Amino acid sequence: MVSAGAPVARVAAVASSNIPVISLRGVSKIYGQGEARVTALDGVSIHIRRGEFVAIVGASGSGKSTMMNIVGCLDAPTHGEFKLDGMDVSSMDEYQLAQIRNRKIGFVFQNFNLIPRTKAVDNVAMPLAYAKVGRVERKQRALAALDAVGLSARAGHKPSQLSGGQQQRVAIARALVTDPVMLLADEPTGALDSHSSAEILDLFSALHARGRTIVMITHELDVAARASRTVRMQDGRIISDTARAAALSGGAV
Amino acid sequence: MNLIESARFAMRGVTANKLRSLLTTLGILIGIAAVIILLAVGAGTSNSIKDQIGKLGTNVLTVSRSTAVGGRTGAVAGQQVAGNRSRNTNLTSADEQSLTDAVLAPDVAQTAPVVTAQAVTATFSGASHAVASFVGSTPAYFSITNNTAEVGQLFSSAQESSATAVIGRTVATDLFGNNSGSAVGQTIALNGQNFVVSGVLAAKGATGLNDPDDVVIVPLGAAQDKFTGYAPSLNSIAVQAKSADVMNQAQNEIQMILDARHNVTAATRDYQVRNQAQVLTTATSTTQTLTILLGAVAAISLLVGGIGVMNIMLVTVTERTREIGIRKAIGASRGNIVSQFLVESLIISIIGGVMGILVGYVVSSFPIMGVVPDVQPWTVWLSFTVSAVIGLVFGIYPANKAAKLRPIDALRYE
Repeated sequence: MVSAGAPVARVAAVASSNIPVISLRGVSKIYGQGEARVTALDGVSIHIRRGEFVAIVGASGSGKSTMMNIVGCLDAPTHGEFKLDGMDVSSMDEYQLAQIRNRKIGFVFQNFNLIPRTKAVDNVAMPLAYAKVGRVERKQRALAALDAVGLSARAGHKPSQLSGGQQQRVAIARALVTDPVMLLADEPTGALDSHSSAEILDLFSALHARGRTIVMITHELDVAARASRTVRMQDGRIISDTARAAALSGGAV
Repeated sequence: MNLIESARFAMRGVTANKLRSLLTTLGILIGIAAVIILLAVGAGTSNSIKDQIGKLGTNVLTVSRSTAVGGRTGAVAGQQVAGNRSRNTNLTSADEQSLTDAVLAPDVAQTAPVVTAQAVTATFSGASHAVASFVGSTPAYFSITNNTAEVGQLFSSAQESSATAVIGRTVATDLFGNNSGSAVGQTIALNGQNFVVSGVLAAKGATGLNDPDDVVIVPLGAAQDKFTGYAPSLNSIAVQAKSADVMNQAQNEIQMILDARHNVTAATRDYQVRNQAQVLTTATSTTQTLTILLGAVAAISLLVGGIGVMNIMLVTVTERTREIGIRKAIGASRGNIVSQFLVESLIISIIGGVMGILVGYVVSSFPIMGVVPDVQPWTVWLSFTVSAVIGLVFGIYPANKAAKLRPIDALRYE
């Protein structure tokens, strides 16, 4: 189902690099002031290395979404240090953060978040436009990424003409197209039926098998079971962090 | 991400909601077209006035009474009343004849006495026409005012007090229809007095402000006999200088002669000498004021169009909050978002501007209320620039609003 592509090269890089993709040290996030003060994250420290497939699980209000926003450079922590691929993100300005999001992170959202009325291939190519990649190369890479998720036949379709599972695969292709250091998935199967969910999870497993670093936020335990490491959160803190050899990559391919 | 890229994203935004974009464009289109058309009408009016100056002759001076006393005020209505009201003023035929003195007034070519009457209605077999300008004068008046007969003939000095009338084209058309030639020899009634039409004047053309063809000219004697009475006072004296270059000398000579005759000085002068060209210059400046007012009205409609653009861009930004969030999440910087929305509002207003220019040109190629509009090239450049500036100015706020959205808020927006 998943064809070989550029990501294969990353496997070699993983061994040679010991810098964690994500390094959080005592990160807190506080919203509001006075009476309305809410501590969404309370001194969280976690390191995620290359090639890991980490599931972050927790009930709603446990802080997992806040963590996803901070890890995804969409929000800045109130306290603490966050390094992404060795770079200190906490001190970056808005423009640099946009660049980081563009080059280092591939987002996959629960509700796909494709741009409406825009062809799949153009959706996939969009991050490359913001990365100032030329039009011809953009198209090639977008088609390659669609091929990698098995959707090359639907490149010319608009989101409204695709099923949920297909839309999510387009979103994954868009996340992969810039060859980011990490895929950040927020409940990627939350809006899908069980059959499509299984397909998407298989795709993630296959990407993991090729060496992709994946961070997935979920509240479904069977989804979390695909990951090589499960981090549980509650009240803004990490309450358990277990690596599970049994859930190693590739099993589902 | 360059400008072409922004333009492509922006174009997608414009075409996503075609009707809305079209209506917004229409706002700018109407504003720009209004500016161009109204300024063209203003310029056209001004042109025709300049034209009229040429037709009236640039070497005509009018001597008129500057103080009206007694029951004759109606006769000089419309003329400025200045000076001492208590003094009785008369311009007489003797005054008129004194101006043709070859020694004292070498620069005066010829003169004509003028009496006028107000509210004269011409009727002919049921058709009636309110005459705008009723003049009693001598045949010299025709050559001074550059009038020739198109059909029939002008009256001669031999017809001094005969009931003969020469009518302008507008009067002829109103009374006799388009075949104005049939007017010659017919008897028309002027305020109930019978006059035989001897000729129809060649048309001078309406200017929008006044119609020089809406005129009836009768011999001085007949006018005094049947309308104004034989009071010695004339309404004015038409004077033709020998050329346009000696207007000032001619004016000085006239003043010298009349000052002596009326026993007045420059300070107590009871008459005034006006230059036709000056009168029309005044009319031109009035037209300019009018043009500025018209332009201001058009500019307001353009402003309203601009506010429409801003309004729609704000709606678009709100509607596409989620898209903005997605774009930011996948790496669009503030600058990318600003340029996308700014280019979108620019596209709307520039398309509106270009179409407005076209509409303005097309409409201006037809006469509007008797005026042939004259599109000024500078108004085209101005309105194109204005439409682009509108796109920028009214696009900046919505674009900035879009760019300032925090991605997490934008993504959460439903």
